[in-house]
Amino acid sequence: MSDASINILIGGEAGQGLVTIGQLMSKALVRTGYEIIVDQEYLSRVRGGHNWFAIRTGPEPVLSPVEAVDILVALDGTTIDVHKDKLTDRAIVLADAKLECKNLNSLSIPFEELTPKVMLHNTVALGVLGALVCVELDVLERLMADNFGKKGDEVVNENIEVLRKSYAWVGERDSRFECLAPPPEDMPERMMLNGNEAIALGALAAGCNFCSFYPMTPATTVPLTLINAGKALNFVGEQAEDEIAAVNMALGASYAGARALVATSGGGFALMEEGVSLAGITETPLVIVLAQRPGPATGLPTRTEQADLNLALYSGHGEFPRAVFAPGDLEECFYLTHRAFDMTEKYQTPVFVLTDKFLADSYRGVVPFNLDELPEVAAPILEPDDPAGYKRYAVTEDGVSPRVVPGFSEALVRVDSDEHTEEGFIAEDQETRIAQNEKRLRKGAGLLEETVPPELFGEDGADLLLLCWGSTLGPALEAMQRLNASGTDTSVLHFKQLWPLKDDQFVPFLEEAGRVVGIEGNATGQFARLLRQETGFHITDLVLRHDGFPFTPAYILECLEDIL
Amino acid sequence: MVDIEAYGEFETAWCPGCGNHGLLGGLKKALAELDIAPHQYLHFSGIGQAAKAPQYLNCNMFNGLHGRSLPAAQGARLANPDIPILVESGDGCNYGEGGNHFLAALRRNMNLTLLAHDNQIYGLTKGQASPTTARGQHTKAQPYGQPSEPFNPIAVAVAMKAGFVARAFVGDLKQLAEIIVQAMGHKGFALVDVFQPCVSFNHVNTYKWYRDHTYSLGDDHDPTDWSAAMGKAMETEKMPLGVIYRNDRPPFEEGLPTLMHGPLARRGCDKDALRGVLRSFM
Repeated sequence: MSDASINILIGGEAGQGLVTIGQLMSKALVRTGYEIIVDQEYLSRVRGGHNWFAIRTGPEPVLSPVEAVDILVALDGTTIDVHKDKLTDRAIVLADAKLECKNLNSLSIPFEELTPKVMLHNTVALGVLGALVCVELDVLERLMADNFGKKGDEVVNENIEVLRKSYAWVGERDSRFECLAPPPEDMPERMMLNGNEAIALGALAAGCNFCSFYPMTPATTVPLTLINAGKALNFVGEQAEDEIAAVNMALGASYAGARALVATSGGGFALMEEGVSLAGITETPLVIVLAQRPGPATGLPTRTEQADLNLALYSGHGEFPRAVFAPGDLEECFYLTHRAFDMTEKYQTPVFVLTDKFLADSYRGVVPFNLDELPEVAAPILEPDDPAGYKRYAVTEDGVSPRVVPGFSEALVRVDSDEHTEEGFIAEDQETRIAQNEKRLRKGAGLLEETVPPELFGEDGADLLLLCWGSTLGPALEAMQRLNASGTDTSVLHFKQLWPLKDDQFVPFLEEAGRVVGIEGNATGQFARLLRQETGFHITDLVLRHDGFPFTPAYILECLEDIL
Repeated sequence: MVDIEAYGEFETAWCPGCGNHGLLGGLKKALAELDIAPHQYLHFSGIGQAAKAPQYLNCNMFNGLHGRSLPAAQGARLANPDIPILVESGDGCNYGEGGNHFLAALRRNMNLTLLAHDNQIYGLTKGQASPTTARGQHTKAQPYGQPSEPFNPIAVAVAMKAGFVARAFVGDLKQLAEIIVQAMGHKGFALVDVFQPCVSFNHVNTYKWYRDHTYSLGDDHDPTDWSAAMGKAMETEKMPLGVIYRNDRPPFEEGLPTLMHGPLARRGCDKDALRGVLRSFM
């Protein structure tokens, strides 16, 4: 449970630096040993508007963002107007002395007094916030050195000086705000990552060395992390002229021996669809990160949704196998992306990592992944035993034909978007068509065998089973905790792989439960429909959300009140 | 030198008299002369009658999507900086469906050769205008005459200072093969636009028409003179054949240091380096 947590919301206009304050504060909390979960909300603009960065933090695990605000850092008046009704009884508002805080419990910060430099006002806000939640000054000072070290000692020192003044200023006042309870003493050193960064690291750990991309929120930080964090690994990244080029480049690279990834969101992915089909028939490995945001078309470009499951499932013309993973937290972002590379190489068919804007941007503290315990990722052949007799599309029992990379032996590697013979020559006869189509589809049986089972939290046979997928995991778990605490026997079934579905892994849970409620971030219950189509199990009770914001426990509980 | 027979002889789906036959012959001749064996290079194509060329060759083939051969080929170039890459497709594929990719490829200047079959018509879909069809030409889909101006790939490539820009005609296979040899030897992006008649669907741009409307550039043309090349590129009554423009612009690969470590297929995951990356997030 997260009763000991507090929710800090930093609000202001785009361009005011609220993300910098939020990221530095998040890192300070993680380094101190606190748990965090971040929800970033922003508009599709570079200046103005109303954006916020919410950090829920505490000494115990925090699973979900919440609505209620305990510390409101207001960089402008709009922030106070928008969020004042969400303030808790213990809440405090930190605002510029020039802003009207009405009769709210507040600390009016004299920014000009603490530093004449406007550029350092964010450091003042950070210092006041840090002092208020009782993060050691030393932690923030080290962060300044890490963060501004490249700009020289002078910049670091003036930031540290402002931090000290801000801490002293808070110390001279009675804020009437209680410090966070101390963090656990045995907390290991952790990384601070968001979902996209965890995906990029999982890809790098799988040997991913190529990404072609066209920037699109909320997917862009996957390629950016690959390219920048990947400098040490000589990662090859290229910004393509459009998403069509990006996917075809990735397939060309994969054919020539790269481990390739593309990352995009709905509209960009729609452009990639023909490429997905090409990956299917040419049997070229490709990992596709599809970070969902609300559509149709441009929709709500900076908000979150889970409405592109059908797009991932049915994208690309023709029939070919695929797998769709849907990580629920940062560990799953890492490990499932790693697994996606293994699956796409092993079965030579496109594999999806389906996330959403909330998870993509959500920072959390994570214990560094154990690289030594990762399974080996399947690899293509560079030098086949019998190059002269090599057939790229040899018909095999399991449908998998040995994949050779061209250029490293005398084998000729022919891949073809036309239906083709075993050697890869264009063919239009029925016999070849059937043999090759069935060969490709047979790979689906192998993929099915390797399906990652859904995870049950709580007891089998509970009165209420909350069924969720992807990033809805955290809010669902916290809703479960609250329901159990209030006497409703509840469990959660979390799907981290959405395709293929293996009935025996989950149908018994559905049948044992008193009642099953599906929770999905879309308006039509796409996964519930898929389950019905595949298993006949009809989930009639759904908690849906499609207003662009992530699920919270309160939202789920409120909807459940109407259902139960 | 590689024996020309190594590239094989195949039955084709091309019409008798199609310019593609000659082009395939010219290409084999050039590959043999360059001493590139079938397994020693990658051959990319899109969709269309021209794009079927690698189906009729012993080679490493990536026969991809209509219009998308250039992105796929550039992806392969990034994955393997060492292997020669040839891209072959028609005017519809390169200048129509893949127009944006053509422009981007000119900008990137990766080391590969684009052999663009230019018959000024859509053959595989049976006779609609292509991006290079002349204004006013009547087709099944443009019964009032093509109302748009044709795309001039040579002028666009020269304007963007592509590394190597040439035009050939299948009526002169010796020159074609020589140009392909030069193009594949060029370090950077090389465009070879090849005039070739479509005997079934283009009754305007025939062998005779091309003979009447082209001439070979002589020694008096300096392909390193950009202004002179631009002038040649804009000639439309009688169009020049040969190397129209070339420069020694550094290829894309020289600007991306992470490519300097050999083919990606030979690289494993450096776990120590990755541990360092994980630490940087602490």
